[in-house]
Amino acid sequence: MSLMRSFLLLFSLAASLLAAPALAQSDPETLRPLINELANGKYSETEKQIGALVATGDPQVAPALEALSDGDLYVRKADGEVFIIKKAGKAYALIDPLTLETAGEAAKREMDKIKVNNKLRRVIRSALGSLTLMAPDPTVRMAAAEAVFKAKDPDSIEALDAAIAAEADDGVRKKMEEARAAAVLNSDMDEAAKLQAVSTLGTMGNRDALSLLIAVQSSSEGALRDAATSEITKIEKSIAAWDAAQNIWYGLSLGSVLLLAAIGLAITFGVMGVINMAHGEMVMIGAYVTFVVQEFIRSSAPGLFEYSLFIALPLAFLTSGLVGVAIERGVIRWLYGRPLETLLATWGISLVLQQAVRSIFGPTNREVGNPDWMSGAFEIGQMTITYNRMWIIVFAMLVFAGLMLVLKKTPFGLYTRAVTQNRRMAASMGIRTPWIDAFTFGLGSGIAGIAGVALSQIDNVSPNLGQGYIIDSFMVVVFGGVGNLWGTLVGAMTLGVVNKFLEPYAGAVLGKIFVLVFIILFIQKRPRGLFALKGRAVEA
Amino acid sequence: MMSSFLFRAMDARAGIFLAIMAAVIVLVPAGNLLMPEGSTFHVPNYAVTLMGKYLTYALLALAVDLVWGYCGILSLGHAAFFALGGYAMGMYLMRQIGTRGVYGDPILPDFMVFLNWGELPWYWYGFDMFWFAALMVLLVPGVLAFVFGWFAFRSRVTGVYLSIITQALTYALLLAFFRNDMGFGGNNGLTDFKDILGFDIQADTTRAGLFAASGLALVVCFLICRAITRSKLGKVLVAVRDAESRTRFLGYRVEHYKLFVWTLSAMMAGIAGALYVPQVGIINPGEFAPANSIEVVIWVAVGGRGTLVGAVLGAVLVNFAKTWFTAALPDIWLFALGGLFVVVTLFLPKGIVGTLSQGWTALRQRKVSEDFEAGSDQPPSQAPQSPASPANVSPKKSASTVPADADPQPAE
Repeated sequence: MSLMRSFLLLFSLAASLLAAPALAQSDPETLRPLINELANGKYSETEKQIGALVATGDPQVAPALEALSDGDLYVRKADGEVFIIKKAGKAYALIDPLTLETAGEAAKREMDKIKVNNKLRRVIRSALGSLTLMAPDPTVRMAAAEAVFKAKDPDSIEALDAAIAAEADDGVRKKMEEARAAAVLNSDMDEAAKLQAVSTLGTMGNRDALSLLIAVQSSSEGALRDAATSEITKIEKSIAAWDAAQNIWYGLSLGSVLLLAAIGLAITFGVMGVINMAHGEMVMIGAYVTFVVQEFIRSSAPGLFEYSLFIALPLAFLTSGLVGVAIERGVIRWLYGRPLETLLATWGISLVLQQAVRSIFGPTNREVGNPDWMSGAFEIGQMTITYNRMWIIVFAMLVFAGLMLVLKKTPFGLYTRAVTQNRRMAASMGIRTPWIDAFTFGLGSGIAGIAGVALSQIDNVSPNLGQGYIIDSFMVVVFGGVGNLWGTLVGAMTLGVVNKFLEPYAGAVLGKIFVLVFIILFIQKRPRGLFALKGRAVEA
Repeated sequence: MMSSFLFRAMDARAGIFLAIMAAVIVLVPAGNLLMPEGSTFHVPNYAVTLMGKYLTYALLALAVDLVWGYCGILSLGHAAFFALGGYAMGMYLMRQIGTRGVYGDPILPDFMVFLNWGELPWYWYGFDMFWFAALMVLLVPGVLAFVFGWFAFRSRVTGVYLSIITQALTYALLLAFFRNDMGFGGNNGLTDFKDILGFDIQADTTRAGLFAASGLALVVCFLICRAITRSKLGKVLVAVRDAESRTRFLGYRVEHYKLFVWTLSAMMAGIAGALYVPQVGIINPGEFAPANSIEVVIWVAVGGRGTLVGAVLGAVLVNFAKTWFTAALPDIWLFALGGLFVVVTLFLPKGIVGTLSQGWTALRQRKVSEDFEAGSDQPPSQAPQSPASPANVSPKKSASTVPADADPQPAE
């Protein structure tokens, strides 16, 4: 069997070598008889016919072979023509195997399935790999090289050599060389070639290469083993570096979630000195606004779904902000200067808000969808980066920058800072301090609301959403230093990264416990946080 | 010495409280055990357990009032000490199950057998003896509070910061006790207890006994708190509450005073937890939830911080309301509780007892001054001598100076 297969492959290789540049697109009609042949005879004959097809070296036969392997290749009883079929109701939709154009329909009984077994499927898979190595489309060639890399079939070395020689795209050629190295290590070629292969894999430097090299290390000896060992240590180092990078990324991502949750609190707690235990509920309200907006869009304007988050952002800001202003005017303004009482009253408000949302929307999680541009992932080196995490980091940074701008460059920000620093003097300068208090609180709550829009994309939207963030948010603000937005940024990112670095060693829960204990100890050392205010403001 | 110590603990309010407690401790078990069922004086079994639970909550509230009402330390983590005491008692009760567990292992509790643990972890040793468990009920919360307080008070972490890190403490413990590897039953906690000190834990007499024990513990702790707060030590504590820096500059080692009441309060909370567990029959990590600790604070606030009796009253009232609401109108309960937080902080900053006693004092004042104005038979020198006279100015002053009073508090 394997003899025959190598024979076939050799044959195909010879054919492809001879015709390599020219055969890329030959006339479909010369191939059609060969394809129609597939319908005749037993498995052993089908195998020969597959060989003949592969021998043409023409990528056009690939779809037919794939269909055969998937069991979608049928023959029409009337004239012996072969088609790829698609099930369309009771009938079959026919597709021409070469041109891939639709060729009408046929009733089920008019068609016969071309049978295939696992042995044939294997033959097809390895044949397809080497066949598509010469395909005109680089992504197809890339996929083929990857398939060969996984198969590690020594028989495909020659095909790879030919393909590498003809390859123009650097990335694809590199992949092919790696595939060849994997195949060489699996073959009985001489040691020099294998050493070469080991170093090729070494430059590849990912987990696939590592597992191959470990196999080599355990099955070989002498120079080859030493080479494999040294490459393994090299790869392990590079993987460790990538892992660290990935951890930093996860940490930044967690940090930006913390930042979003905490930044509103940094204003109300940090700038105004108000302990707002209902802050988490502002986040929750923002998430529910997103839910309502999406429900509305689903029912009345489905086309706007991609923009639902942009619509939800201002609405969430306004809703949470108004609730915040109402809380400030109704409760908190009576409690200025009594932080512990404020804490209790706002905790009560948080209970009321939670129960209100539970009564309106029900206690279960609500479904908030991701727009397309938020889903999916891409890769950098050996890191996978999901779009929703990336956009949340970007969004957190934008919110932070926007808030800094508001506080530093607008009259409102100026008034806020003036009231924060010296209430009486600000009042004597004509600033209406009660209004500033209300709007600052509204701003902090509104920021929490837009954080809720972002968090609805990565967390469950339930009445308890806010409670999960409140302790973490306080930790971030206290760790970073009260009254300092930069401290909040650094605090959030530090805690995020530290948390993610502890996770692999200690597990998620224990890691979190360590972080909490660390913060408790840290506050002993620096009771005013990382970036403490100095001077008169401390006593204010 | 001892009698004068106890004498200081007495006054009219405490006397009424102790009388009521004595009546409750005697009458409730008697009503349960001696009265025949169907009699109007019969106390049903569930009521005994329920009231026993309230008493342990009242003890917890008392512990919080001691540190918050008299020393200004707002602890949002007292449920942690309560739960630790509960776990220590739960471990003893688990060891008492012996071979009657589902797996019948004479030493290992069921959940350890279930998790394939080979042998008892070292920290479970000794809990088969009651005296050891009882010691641990005091020591575990006490040592934790001592260590925590030692660090926190020495580095002068105060006010809101302290509240937040106590919350972080209980949150960290919550996460830790949820882990199965900790060896405390993970998510399910410890339950399925059989007997305590050889008595069947389900029997009516045992339940009545536990009720009485809870009542006695509450009375004893009340007397201790009362004695402390009325002693010179108590005066220093109030000074620390009202002006910590000033007290320090006067030469008092503020952190030592704080550490003492803090640790004592944690131990009381531990006792409350230890009495709570055999009555409700389960202890699980949910008891560590930060929300529980904050709820305790509202009990104290409702009753009146800094009054001791108020803490007990608040705990019983709020929990009674909770029991009633969650049965009759479950959806309303969180609205009611949340509203209670807001209303009490806005309109009843002194709580029920505080407001009542303030009103009482004002009433007596008015009467004294009316008498003084109406009748000339009173010698003029009497008025300044009357015991209530220093309070003559206090009601008005405290009303008008609340914002000014509060000013030094936040930065402390």
